This record gives sequence, structure tokens and C-alpha cells, in this order.
Amino acid sequence: MEKDILEYGLNFNRRRFLSKLSLGVGSLALGSLLIPNLFSKTGMDDDIYPPGIPHFAPKAKRVIYLFQNGAPSQLETFDYKPKLCEMMGEELPASVRGNQRLTGMTAKQASFPLIGSFTNFKQYGQSGAWISDLLPHTAKIVDDLCIVRSMYTEAINHDPALTFFQTGSQQGNRPSMGSWLSYGLGSENKNLPDFTVLLSRGIGNGQGVYSKLWSNGFLDSIHQGVQFSKGEDPVLYLTDPDGMDRHDRREMLDNLAEMNQLSYKEFGDPEINAKVQQYEMAYRMQTAVPETMDLSKESDDIVKLYGPDCLVPGTYAANCLLARKLSENGVRFVQLYHQGWDQHGNLPFEIASQAKDVDQASAALVTDLKQRGLLDETLVIWGGEFGRTNYSQGKLTQDNYGRDHHPRCFSVWMAGGGIKPGIVYGETDELGYNIAKNPVHVHDFQATVLNQLGLDHEKLIFKHLGRRYRLTDVSGRVVRDIIS
Amino acid sequence: MNKRLFFVIAAIVISICLIQSCKNNATTQVAEERIPDVVSYNFDIRPILSDKCYACHGPDANKRKADLRLDIAANVYSALKDNPTAHALVPGKPEQSEVFLRISTPDTSMLMPPPASNLKLNEREVSLIKKWIRQGAKYEKHWAFVAPQSPSLPVIKNKDWVKNEIDYFILSKQEQKGLTPNPEADKERLLKRVSLDLNGLPPSLEMMDKFMADNSANAYEKVVDELLKNTAYGEKMALHWLDVARYADSHGYQDDGYRTQWPWRDWVIHAFNENMHYDDFVTWQLAGDLIPNSTKEQLLATGFNRNHKITEEGGVVDEEYRVSYVTDRNDLFGKAFLGVTLECAHCHDHKYDPFSQKEYYRMFAFFNNVKEVGIESVIGGPETYAKKPFIEISNEDVKNILTFINKPDTNRLIVSVMGDLDTARKTYVLIRGGYDAHGAEVEPGTPDSILPFNKDYPKNRLGLTKWLFDKKNPLTARVYVNQMWQELFGKGIVKTSGDFGKQGELPSNPQLLDWLAVEFMNHGWDIKRLVKQMVMSATYRQSAVITPEKLKADPDNVLMARSPRYRIDAEFIRDVVLSSSGLLNKTIGGPSIKPYQPAGLWEGATSGRGLLSIYKQDHGADLYRRGIYAFIKRTVPPPVMGIFDASNRDQCEVRRLKTNTPLQALVMMNDPTVLEASRVFADKLIRENSRPEEKITKAFRSIVSRKPAEKEVEVLSNYYRKELKIMNDKKAARLLSQGEYPQDEKADKIKQAALMQVIVTIYNLEETITKT
Repeated sequence: MEKDILEYGLNFNRRRFLSKLSLGVGSLALGSLLIPNLFSKTGMDDDIYPPGIPHFAPKAKRVIYLFQNGAPSQLETFDYKPKLCEMMGEELPASVRGNQRLTGMTAKQASFPLIGSFTNFKQYGQSGAWISDLLPHTAKIVDDLCIVRSMYTEAINHDPALTFFQTGSQQGNRPSMGSWLSYGLGSENKNLPDFTVLLSRGIGNGQGVYSKLWSNGFLDSIHQGVQFSKGEDPVLYLTDPDGMDRHDRREMLDNLAEMNQLSYKEFGDPEINAKVQQYEMAYRMQTAVPETMDLSKESDDIVKLYGPDCLVPGTYAANCLLARKLSENGVRFVQLYHQGWDQHGNLPFEIASQAKDVDQASAALVTDLKQRGLLDETLVIWGGEFGRTNYSQGKLTQDNYGRDHHPRCFSVWMAGGGIKPGIVYGETDELGYNIAKNPVHVHDFQATVLNQLGLDHEKLIFKHLGRRYRLTDVSGRVVRDIIS
Repeated sequence: MNKRLFFVIAAIVISICLIQSCKNNATTQVAEERIPDVVSYNFDIRPILSDKCYACHGPDANKRKADLRLDIAANVYSALKDNPTAHALVPGKPEQSEVFLRISTPDTSMLMPPPASNLKLNEREVSLIKKWIRQGAKYEKHWAFVAPQSPSLPVIKNKDWVKNEIDYFILSKQEQKGLTPNPEADKERLLKRVSLDLNGLPPSLEMMDKFMADNSANAYEKVVDELLKNTAYGEKMALHWLDVARYADSHGYQDDGYRTQWPWRDWVIHAFNENMHYDDFVTWQLAGDLIPNSTKEQLLATGFNRNHKITEEGGVVDEEYRVSYVTDRNDLFGKAFLGVTLECAHCHDHKYDPFSQKEYYRMFAFFNNVKEVGIESVIGGPETYAKKPFIEISNEDVKNILTFINKPDTNRLIVSVMGDLDTARKTYVLIRGGYDAHGAEVEPGTPDSILPFNKDYPKNRLGLTKWLFDKKNPLTARVYVNQMWQELFGKGIVKTSGDFGKQGELPSNPQLLDWLAVEFMNHGWDIKRLVKQMVMSATYRQSAVITPEKLKADPDNVLMARSPRYRIDAEFIRDVVLSSSGLLNKTIGGPSIKPYQPAGLWEGATSGRGLLSIYKQDHGADLYRRGIYAFIKRTVPPPVMGIFDASNRDQCEVRRLKTNTPLQALVMMNDPTVLEASRVFADKLIRENSRPEEKITKAFRSIVSRKPAEKEVEVLSNYYRKELKIMNDKKAARLLSQGEYPQDEKADKIKQAALMQVIVTIYNLEETITKT
């Protein structure tokens, strides 16, 4: 083991060593011994800030991000607006709408009839947060959650809004949040990738997800998100071909290493040894990944907690359970996407179904982490890319309506990872159109997430084509009010 | 395990690496801490000022602090606005210069850059600035904005080594630092290198035999000429250009529908093979539609600037997207042709380079007149495969004028191209880059700091190309020769090939860059000539052996005292596998093909709408086409390509990363393309009447492009015998089930499977996919 690590380190591409060091956060104390000024203010200079080590003591070590792709309506989930029910069918006052630009789908709509939630809300927990009847399990863990009702974004369409949330830029081509963390903190587990992605889909109106959302952008491709999927090959090309067992693979790798060693003797290129090490890591991944993906050994209690769907590969529930296992095994950033939240029409039926997909398992994940003592060091995030309008898109009927995209306010929740539990942060106006108190911009949200991981969003930079890039671009502030 | 020992070892490892990484962070040049006798503004001072000071004291007027500007000499020597008794710079007197006083003060409230900026000067930087002030604090124009002059050849000692002018410049630098170049690579290695570089394919056995047997003095040149004539040259050269042109087979947003832009790609290959000169090549692509009496081929070439992403997402604001297309073209123009980060001036004046936001929009005006809309159609049928303006390519066209287009059927074929409105669309400065925030109206124009726009040129894209190819333009030739150098030597003379501005890296060999640029212009922008010049140099032909001394003296090989060794591009890895096994289908052009791909990738990440919601893999000969033809769906690009750092074609890219990851190992071990090629190759070899060692040698030669050493044959033969021993019918049958290429049922499956295992191992050798 010692020899393994020593060789791994020595042979690794020297320039990238620190970002790859497989000790990760565990090496904190060690790092501060070796660089005395590491955690003092005077040491802060990007020239002596090697990636791979946090900027200050982190609260969280890992993130699980439950992305609700398509943008769930805040008005049927976390943002209770009884006034909208009272004013049902009345016109959205122009003074409230202000100069908000509209998507092409409702821009030509002659009227903007207000519409209240079809489902009821009740207060829960010590915090007394209002939660809709669509989320009974979430309601039970409300005292573990920090619900932010005052998120806002700049984008009004799915692709740019998703890209903005994940990369800090609407146009893409920049590293995803998980890639930034992999770059900033390095790896905790040398048998698994730092950044993994899990996809699922509900029956609601869906929007695609794009592998560019977990792209490494201009960072080294080692920081790319690795999609884990259901089926035989949980990671692309992981499984050895039919007819080849572990013994055969070992034999092949031993011969390969011997041949590569001959090449090293001739050329003296350190990259040859680095290559051999990458093959060894691939070999270890071939065992580690299927072990982690194997849910058959989970206890009945766990299955009951997450719900029976958690044994059906590819479902949101299965992905939540898998997320816990990956995270538990040291995967820095687990990104889930659940598609189907784009309710332009047929909202009551579709959102109920979507909520049913995610409610129990999301709550179970928080509970499960808590009972394992992992919630303190794991930040769980739940939310979509923007909110939905308080008026109906298309025709408003007695039992059916839809809501268009709304960037000005929406809700997300966070749990664990040093975020204050049992609070509701931010407020919207009584019609749920504008933020009334404590707005949180996407970049603020990103800055806060990085902060919990021990990273200063203004210092986690990568210089590319002459410019210092950040996840938060040129703005963002840490939302101190929600940090415990 | 002994925990204490572990920590001691880990601590040693970390300290070694920290020391190492500090060294590497400090500079990418050869380690040289000494302060030079004569401090150069362009090479020593400006990089410091730009990186650490310009953000507040640079070209961006809105962000400038204390009204002090350090990027130009205009008022740095006069009294400061805030403090009339003080001066920013007093030539010869650092102690009286505020610049020096403020960067060297121990008082953190006075220190520059302010600690809150997270920027800091190190001791060496402070000393350099002090010495520069003492020597007169003289400014020079940024090197890249001064037109190149052909430098005279440097004097060198070792005249026997040089083959052409390039070598004089390279050797002179090495001699200054006491380095000597490597000897010429052995013939086999050299042939593999040049074959990969000029054709993207490994040499065939026949080529190897012929070259090895040819002892004439110009044997190498003959091979080079042969490779340049081969049509595979066009395919190889096209790959980099497709990255530049962000070419893809889908529209790129949301549902990500299909587009038929491939005839433009066929034209690119054709143009390289015809050795169209760079000035025409680019002029046609940027302004083919504006050339008087333009031909259909010239129109097709303009597809270049319609390769960008186009939205089909219902509900978008039309103008927002139309503006984004113009922005994409403008930014590409800056990055690909001028090597500057023009895009930084999209929302504000450039922070480092002398481009105002107004100049950005003057440039923008050239591309703002296209007869296009932001959203023309949502995802749909064949009518959406190109967006207006487009041309229709008829079967007649293909038969008569556009003969290079590989049109496989008689379906209607449309390609998006450029075409301007009759009445020019007005262009405004967009305040903070907002598509609807119109500021002052602007006329088409170019940044003065590069080269003012000649009044005699038409104020349209055609005029812009005349400006681009004006010999006084300081950037065009430098930027392209640098890209070609990068493609052949692994990194550019200016490493940041997309940024020649003040934040870019300095050229490692400025005289060579200028010599190449002037030479390129003086010979009519002849691309093949340029490429040949580079591969004929002794610099190119050196061996890639890295001695410990050279690794220490020049770890990043800045001085090129050895040939670089690096992994080849994703597409060429595929080509090596298919070509060496004999599976390669050499057809050129046509609609992109869909090779083997793990199931569910497109299906798992789709809205469910459109032709590309399901991946319909191709079969038969289409499975064996070159990597350049692999279908690129932008939102889910081919996974193997991405794992090996291929561009996702979202935006213009001029340089690919070259990483080394475990996922790459998994691909080489388990991708059906590699496994199938190994199976088919093994089948071919076991039919031959030869000993196992001969079969292994032949496989090795075909794949690695050289004869294996004795020891190598021994290792692989032992492996083969071991595999034979453990192989049984069932195992063999399973191993041989890879890929769709028909399996000969009569073959000796035990032998074939054992040999297949050996061949897979050869494909996995580091050397196989490395230019050595």
C-alpha cells in the first residue's frame, strides 16, 4: 500500500500531482504542516495556492446534488401563496410584472390569469415551514432542511439556465461545478472518479440533459463527470469483454506493463509510467464500481426507507441510494438529474407524478446520511434551473392549467454540510412573482456551496486564454445567513 | 500497515512534489532565475504589468482606478492626478517612482496590488521592475501587434546538423543554453511520425519496407512528397480545421436536431488536398458569397460561418439568439484568425489588450448583416436540416461542379451558408453585452491597434478578408504558422495559440515565428509548402529520447532539443486501429457515420423529440470509416472521442488538451472497435503459413510501425503460449464474439482467440497511440 501510493505519486505527471493526490481532505493536516501559511491570511496568493487543497477548513467534504431538471413549480411545492387562490383568474397586475421579459411561449398571450396551487399546504416541524401535500416525506424532515425561497437566475430557457447553474455561464464550454470541486479538492478515493452523474426520468414533460453539463471545460479531462448508468456497463467501457475474467485481465496488464517498461527504458518519458498507473487505476475501478453499484446487499430497512423503486435500476430512488453509496465511498460530487418537471400544461397531474418520483427517496437520502453520521460532512441540494409563473400558460380551466418559465424567484433546499437546518430563507411577494426579501442569485448559491467545501469562490481560479476563470464568473457572495 | 511509516513516506512525497510544483509554477521557460542584464519591456515587464496590474490600471476605462493607466506610456511619466507631487514612473529612479514604491512597501494598506485582489508580485518580479525603471522605464509596442520582419539567420556553431532555416533558429537558442539536439530518429520511428502527421494513419508494411530499403539521400523527402499527395492528407489537415470551425452534425441546443452541414466538410478536405492557399481558403469561407460572380463552390465554403449552434427551442427570444450567432462568428474571427481574445470586449473594454468595446462592435458589424433569424423552426423534418440562408445541392451539381461531395442518395440536400441582407442591419454597441441594450450606433471597422481598416476596402466581409491578408496585418500569418507548428510539434511557438495578446504566453522563439510568418506570406500563403518545410527540418527529425539531463534542463522541451513525444488525437487513434488491422474503409466524405457506441447514451439524455433521440448505429462498411466521419451530436458527442480530448464543437477551438486518464485505458481495453480489429487481424494472421513469432512480429509491425525487439517478441510469444494453454472452445467462442465483421467459422478458434489477446495488448501499448 505504501509503495503503491509512493509510486503513484512519483510517477504521476509532476505538474498535476497536487490535484491528483489521492489523499484529498485527509491530507489537510499534513498539507498545513508542510506549508505553514496555508491557512493564514498572509499566505493567500494564487501563485502559492496549489489546487488540490482547500483554502480554509471545510464544513463539508462531499456534495450530492439532486437536480430537478425542467424546473419544478415552487408554487406547488415550497412557496405557499394563498393570495393566488383568492385571486384565481384575475389578471397579473402590470405593476408586479414590471419589465420582466417573457419566453416566446407566452409573450403573445393576451391575458395573464393568476392561478393558485391546486394542492394544499401545511406547516411542519419546529420551523413551521409550509410544505405542499405533494411532498409528505419531505415534510417529515423539514427540520433538517434549509429551504431557500428566494433563488433567482438570469436565464429564461432550459438549456442556458441549466448550463448557468452548472457552469456559471449560460453559453457553456466552462467546467461544471463538480469538475471545479474535483480540480479544487482532488480525490478521496483512488478507485472511483471524483465526479459522477446519475440520470433518471419521470413521466412529466421532459427536457433533455446534455453531457456538456458535466464537462470539464478547459480543465484537465480527469475532472470530467463520469456518467454511471444502469445496465451491464455502469461506467462506459468498464466491463471486460465476454470470455475474459479477472485473471485474464491481470495477466494482460502484467504483460502490458512489462512491454511499456521496455519503452520507458528506451525513451525515459515519465508519461509512460503515468500511463501504466492509469491502467492500474482502471483495473481497480473495474472492481470498485460494480461493488458500489450493487444494491442487493442493502438491508430491508434501507429498501423500506427509500421505497421499493430503489431496487429498480435507473429510477430516481435507485439513484438516490446509489448516490449515498458513492458519496460514502468518497466520491466528491454526485450529480443526479431527474427529468420531467417542465409543466407548461397539464400541471396538476404531471407535477403530482413527478413529486411522487422524488419525494420519498430525497427525504430518505437525508435521513440515511444522518443515521450514518454522514450528513454533517455531506451537502445535499435539491432544486431546478428556474421557477414557474404565477399565472397560467394557455387556457385556465377548473382543474387544469400550466405555468411558464419564471426566472425571478424559485425555491431550492439544502441539507447537511454545515448549512443551518430547519430554516426558511428569503421571501417572495404575496403573489409569488418577485422576491421580497433576501434574494439569492445563482452565483451566490455557487459561492456558498464552494464555501462549505472550504473553497473561496474568488480564489478557486483557472487561468485560460489569459483570463482567470471562476465558477462564479465575476460576481457571487457567500450567503452567510444560512451557514451554521 | 505501519501508519507512521506511511505518513513519513507520504510527507516525503508531498514535499518533493511541492518543491517540484513550485518550480513549475514559477515559469514555464527553462529555469532561469537570474535577472537579465538588459531588462526587456515586452518579455520581462509587460507580462507582469498585464497579469497583475492591468485589471485596474489597464485599457478598460470603466474599471480604471486613480485614473492611472500602465499599459501605454502616454501619461505614466507625468504627475499623478491624485497626488501631483508624485509620479508613477521616473526613468532611472525607482526610489522616486510610485510604481516601485507601492509594489515594495511593507505597509499592506498601501501595497499594490491590494491584498484583497488575491494578486501578488514575487521578489523577482519586483526586482525586475526596479531594474527596468533604473534602465529608463521604456515602453515598447506589444510584440504581436508589430508586423513581422524577416530576421536574418542566427550564427550557429554546429552547421552539420541543420537541414533548413528553421534549424538555425532552433539550434541558436540551444547553443546559448549549452544544449545539443538529439540525433535523427531511426527510420522506422521517423516514418511513423511523419505518416501520422501528414495522413493521420500509420505507414503500411509496404511503405515501411520500401523506405527501409531506400538508401538514397532523399529517401525521406520522397516519402514526405508521397504523403502530401495522398488524399488522406486532406482528411488529416481537415480535423484541426473542423475544430476551428466548430463543425458538427446537430444544431446544438435543447432537442439538438439533425443538420446536413457535411458537404461543407467534404469541401474542406478537398480544399486541403488541392492545396488551396490559405488566403483563398479563408477568403472563400468568410466571404465567398460576396466575391463578384461567386461560384457555387465559393458559396458552399461560407458554410464555415453557419456551423455554429442554432437554437430550435420554442419560446426563446429571437433577437437574443440572433445576436449570439453573430457573437459566435465575431469571437471565432478573433480567436482563430487573429489569435486574440476579442470576446473579452463583448461586455466592456478589454481588460488587457487595446480593444475597446466599441471596436468589438465595429468588428461585429461585419457579421451582423446575415439574412437569418434567431429561431427559424423548432425540431422537425428535412426542411429543418439547414437554416436560411441555405443552398440546395442538386445531383447535377455533384456530377458537374461539386464533384468532391460524396452524396450517397438522391434526397434533397441543403446546406446553411452566408448571405447578406440588401439593406444593412444597423449595429450598435450592446451595453454590457445585452442583446437588447442598444448603445451608440457603429460602422464596420477593425481594432486600430492591430491595423486600421483601409478606406479603399469595401465595408463588408470581403473587405475584412482583404484587411486580414494585408501583409501589414501583424497577426494573420503568425497565428496560422503557429497553429501548424502546434499540430506538428505538439505545442505552438506561442503556446497559447488562441491568445497572442498581452496575457498570452510569449513566443518561445520569436525570430523563428517571424521568419516562418514572413516566409509563408512571401510564398503566397502556400500551406503544403509550409508543412513540408517544417517536416523537412532537422528539428522535426530528431529522436524523441529524453535523457535525464535534458529532462532536468528543459522539462517542457521549450528549446526543442528533442522531438516531442505525445499521444495522438482521438480520431487518429481510431484510424490507427482500423488501418493496421486492415478494416479501414477509405471512402472520403459523405454523411457522418454512427459507429459502435454504448447503448442508451442518446436515449438517456434526450427530450424524446427528433431524428437524433435514438442512436441508430450503422452497419457493414460504414463501421470502418475514419474517425473524422464519426457523427457529432453536440449535446452527446461520441464518448470515445471526448474521453480522448476531442472538441465537443460547442465553440471554436484552436488547441486540444492531451490528457491521460483511466477512462482512456478502459476504452483501449474494452471498446468493441479495438476488440473487433484484433479479432479480424488475428484471423488474417493465423491463415498465414508462419510461426507464431512471425505472426506476432507482423502484428507488432503493423500496429506499432516498427520491428519489435527480441525481448518484446519474447514477452508477447510467452503470453501467446500461456493463452493457448488456458484457451478452450467456449472461452474462445466468447472472446471471438466481438463486432459485426463476419467470423470465419472454419478458423482455428483456439489459436485465433489466443492471438487476439496478444494483439489487443499491442493496441494497448503506450507507444501505439503515441507519436514517438
